[in-house]
Amino acid sequence: MSEIKTVGIVGSGTMGTGIAIVVARAGLKTIVLDSRQEALDNARKQAAAFLAKSVARGKLEAGQDEAIMAQWKGTTQAEDLAECDVVIEAVFEDLKVKHDLFSRLDKICPAHTIFASNTSTISITEIAGGSGRGDRVVGMHFCLPAQLMKLVEMSPGMTTSEDTFNKAWAFCEALGQKPVRTRDTPGFILNYFLIPWHNDVINMVDQGVAEPADIDVAVKTALGYPLGPLELLDMVGMDTQKLLSDAMHGLTHEPRAACPPLVKRMIGAGKLGRKTGAGFHVYESNKIFGA
Amino acid sequence: MSHQIIQQGESQSFPDAHPFVETATDHGDGIVLIGTEAGAAWRKGIQRADGKSFIAIELDTECLGVHIGDDEGPANVVGFARFRLGDDAPTKLVELVRKPYTDPAAVQAARAAFEAAGLVVAVCNDFPGRILNRLLRPYYNAALRRLDEGLASAADMDKTLCLGLGYPEGPISLLNRTGLHHHYRVTQSLYEALGQEAYAPARRAQVAYARHSQDKS
Repeated sequence: MSEIKTVGIVGSGTMGTGIAIVVARAGLKTIVLDSRQEALDNARKQAAAFLAKSVARGKLEAGQDEAIMAQWKGTTQAEDLAECDVVIEAVFEDLKVKHDLFSRLDKICPAHTIFASNTSTISITEIAGGSGRGDRVVGMHFCLPAQLMKLVEMSPGMTTSEDTFNKAWAFCEALGQKPVRTRDTPGFILNYFLIPWHNDVINMVDQGVAEPADIDVAVKTALGYPLGPLELLDMVGMDTQKLLSDAMHGLTHEPRAACPPLVKRMIGAGKLGRKTGAGFHVYESNKIFGA
Repeated sequence: MSHQIIQQGESQSFPDAHPFVETATDHGDGIVLIGTEAGAAWRKGIQRADGKSFIAIELDTECLGVHIGDDEGPANVVGFARFRLGDDAPTKLVELVRKPYTDPAAVQAARAAFEAAGLVVAVCNDFPGRILNRLLRPYYNAALRRLDEGLASAADMDKTLCLGLGYPEGPISLLNRTGLHHHYRVTQSLYEALGQEAYAPARRAQVAYARHSQDKS
């Protein structure tokens, strides 16, 4: 861990922002890269609000939130990641996008920099294959909301060196997270189950089995889950669920992984979930979870 | 609002003392038929529908339509079941089943009766598996199949789902603790009703059911 002092996070959406909070909270210099300045500003604002709330709740001492945010730098220039020891990407689930990103960063970052992917469906081996440094790429799949959830699915690709994996594992533990080693198979463990489960529940709504509120109440009451599946889907976002489903179904051809027609209709209607103020439920605020 | 309970066989929803049973009266505004023979008792005409704010029939895996008709029937009759997994005690959740022709006032009256006893109600339409079994059984079958295929150990699979999603217990531990043979019975009935492969009992459930049946015989 002592080798890792500066971490780059690529993508300042919900996942990227959550991961950046985790990294900055661990006392590491955190550089968040996004091509959209507005997204960077929003991520910083949401992170600051979340940390302020942590202070209010007594989880951080007064002033710690400002100290953590002082470690946080947003940038639109990939060259600013040149000093990073680890870069974690949380960009769209698209192999070409990830290849383009990592091959570009391969020319910018030093040789020792580990590239980690927060992918939830794409093979780490395939991502590593287009990175220019296949032995130094590892899967680090954080869970939503990353700033609250401890689990990280750690996956070595076929070309990942044991040294890279061990360093990434130690880094993950030093962040205060709980890594679980998984095989490089579609969806690893969590999304292998979660994507079809979410599609099942979306189809139930479309079929008219029950209203979203009743489904969420049923699941939370009977099973003790902290969130109803449709509440969680509203956090994930319909656009992301479509991407995840398309990626998963493309890899596995499993019927339950196929993107439900209702998801496409909701995207068309602009009902993406919390981020647009309405999904299966209606929201007054799009503040980051926990803020 | 008062309710009367008529018991016909052992009830899966109310196997033990419960405020809902204890607060029942001899002549209630609503009637609750509980027990394995509740639906059969209704069909045999044990209770007339008219004049009651609601009549609730306890269901097992069957649809409410089996007892009162799919396209038309009494507007004040609903179905219900407290959700429970195998040998676990029933949860606080009551799945309240309505038909398209059910009077919303009957649904509301039944809901009020259950909620007054501290239960939580989720309303659903008359589909096989209602909400929870319809949603859970494919997930449980997938977990059992992936365990056979070596995706991860049972402990790691459970740990991942608990840590990643905040579940209080992982699927493998839950199924083993509550009786895998019970899962077989429910998912088999849904497989027969829906014909979808995801509901076909996983190998481990088939084995558990076979062993349970051998032990009983």
